[in-house]
Amino acid sequence: MSGAGPGRPLAHWRHRLAERGVDRQLWLLVPALVFVIALFLYPFFYGLTLSFQPTRGGPFSDYARFFSDSYERGTIWITLRIALPAALLNVLAAVPIAYRMRGRFRGKRLVTTLLVVPITLGTVLTAQGLLNFLGPTGWFNRILLASNLVDEPVRLTHNYWGVFFSLVITGFPFAFLLVLSYLSGIDPTLERAAATLGADWRRRFTRITLPLLMPGLATTFCLTFVLAFSVFPSAVLVGNPAGETRVISLAAYQAAYEQYDYPYASAIAMIMGFVELVIIAVVLAARSRFYTGSTGGKG
Amino acid sequence: MSAFSQLRLDGVSRRFGGQAALTELDLTIEAGEFIALLGPSGCGKSTALNCLAGLLPLTAGSIWQDERRIDTLPPERRGFGMVFQSYALFPHLTVRANIAFGLRMRRLPKEETRRRTEEAVRLVRLEDHVDKLPGQLSGGQQQRVAIARAVVFEPSLVLMDEPLSNLDAKLRLEMRTEIRRLHQSLGLTTVYVTHDQEEALSLADRLVVLREGRVQQIGSPRELHTRPANWHVADFMGYRNLWRGQVEQVDGARATVESSGHRLLGEVVGSLQTRADAVVAVRPEDIRVDGPGETRNAMSATVEVVEYQGRELAAEARTDTGLVLHLRTEQRIAAGDQVKLAVDPQRLLVYPADASAATDRQPDASGAAR
Ligand SMILES: Nc1ncnc2c1ncn2[C@@H]1O[C@H](COP(=O)(O)OP(=O)(O)OP(=O)(O)O)[C@@H](O)[C@H]1O
Ligand SMILES: [Mg+2]
Repeated sequence: MSGAGPGRPLAHWRHRLAERGVDRQLWLLVPALVFVIALFLYPFFYGLTLSFQPTRGGPFSDYARFFSDSYERGTIWITLRIALPAALLNVLAAVPIAYRMRGRFRGKRLVTTLLVVPITLGTVLTAQGLLNFLGPTGWFNRILLASNLVDEPVRLTHNYWGVFFSLVITGFPFAFLLVLSYLSGIDPTLERAAATLGADWRRRFTRITLPLLMPGLATTFCLTFVLAFSVFPSAVLVGNPAGETRVISLAAYQAAYEQYDYPYASAIAMIMGFVELVIIAVVLAARSRFYTGSTGGKG
Repeated sequence: MSAFSQLRLDGVSRRFGGQAALTELDLTIEAGEFIALLGPSGCGKSTALNCLAGLLPLTAGSIWQDERRIDTLPPERRGFGMVFQSYALFPHLTVRANIAFGLRMRRLPKEETRRRTEEAVRLVRLEDHVDKLPGQLSGGQQQRVAIARAVVFEPSLVLMDEPLSNLDAKLRLEMRTEIRRLHQSLGLTTVYVTHDQEEALSLADRLVVLREGRVQQIGSPRELHTRPANWHVADFMGYRNLWRGQVEQVDGARATVESSGHRLLGEVVGSLQTRADAVVAVRPEDIRVDGPGETRNAMSATVEVVEYQGRELAAEARTDTGLVLHLRTEQRIAAGDQVKLAVDPQRLLVYPADASAATDRQPDASGAAR
């Protein structure tokens, strides 16, 4: 672009656009865009349209059907009742452990590996283990019975608790790894500075580390919540899929593959997505109230 | 935390694994003193400071505040203010909240916290920025917040770890004056770490020079400037000319040294015997060009490199016998000039060359030490 002629306004515009982040590097986003469109947007809009074309009645009749039937409607509550506490527990349990492990120490890799192993197990294997361990004739109950702490086995599988434990076991490693990386992104000198200013470890944690960690915790909560909300295998394997743990994904599954009513299944999937979005929106709104800038660490 | 009249470091040592970072540091700090810990990179300055602050446990030795032993106390119970090299401002707190942090931790009444915070803000001239977050400040402003935060609760001791090293040259000079002014107006006992000898000389009442974790010399700026205890300290204090030689004759406080064919007369520092290996140390500014009538320590040399440095020139010259001299002069000289150089014997220091120097940087015979 040398000087005069039509080149100049063009260069000018290019400069203006680049300032707003529009330049050739945007092409790097193309693969991601294709991916998102093919794997997310297309199925989403396909399902959305389908949900408005029920086999009987007007465009909203499948939604009306879901909300008018208390057995169906209740699945939302059932799922939230499992997913929210499980996600919360995962995050809360991850914080102290990750906090303790953020520095360097001997055997750190071993401990991290042990904590992360459940990821590799998958839900089915975890369910199997839970049945063996917590079932009516599992070790846990046998120990309780043998030590005369209880008269009859405590029911911890094929009900709410079975699913809850399974979600904690599979969700914790994710939460832990995320929290650990958020924590190591916080400059350790900040806590040392707080110490020289007179803060004991409790106040160093609550005044410095925790506020800086909160945005990360919110994100972690959202991710583990989404994982838990779409719980399906463990709800069937270690839960009580006809009652207490008839989660919303199970309702969608039954509509699609037992009643072959795809529009209705789509409607349930849409409702499921909407509930998730509401929860995430609430959490992210709370997150934005915290400081979310650089925390000076190694990221 | 009550003030003390004396802080005593008694054989303070710190090892990392097998490696000693700080060895047997003995030092007594009087209340109100400004002490600079000075030394090249990696000599253990930060280690010493962190040991004092309680951020690093000692491997040996003890620290006494008057008659109270404090090296076993955690940092939050020592009550020392610290300025970190990276500032370590809390990124989620405003400037005001950062400065007030130490007061809050002491649970002072709200009104007093507010008043003292405002005072500190005024002291470092940040009135217009109190509601900003640290990320919205320039480097110099962040530095001032860090200093205000460390002094606002009137600690009995302020520790500063190279607080100016991240600033540009101009700001560094300004902040230096500011730190000195703060010290004078608040009378805070200060330990200041730096690797910049000029900074240390201009700020401190007393300097502690460290090398490889060991104290080399403790003294006033004047003592260190004019009489470094050994040639390592001399090297560090700006004696750029370090020449190896051999003692020809010792005469009381004076000695004659032969170095690269030159016979040099100078002041002996330490103990020297005839024929012993010696190191001769001279500051660039003490070499005179074409000194009128100066006959002692006269050499003729060829100017090789000249650097323009404002009023002065820094030059490198080489004598016929190959001795390289670094000098500073206001005279106009140019590369290729033949010059007569001379050094006043009072300004030429003769040190014993240490025997245990196998691993050390040696001033080589030609004097091209750097
Ligand atoms: N955490 C650590 N683990 C192992 N060695 C360390 C550690 N911290 C410091 N050292 C070593 O101790 C020695 C002194 O380090 P220190 O940080 O005190 O140097 P310094 O004088 O502050 O240097 P600089 O001017 O570069 O900051 C160095 O050799 C360093 O390698
Ligand atoms: Mg250091």
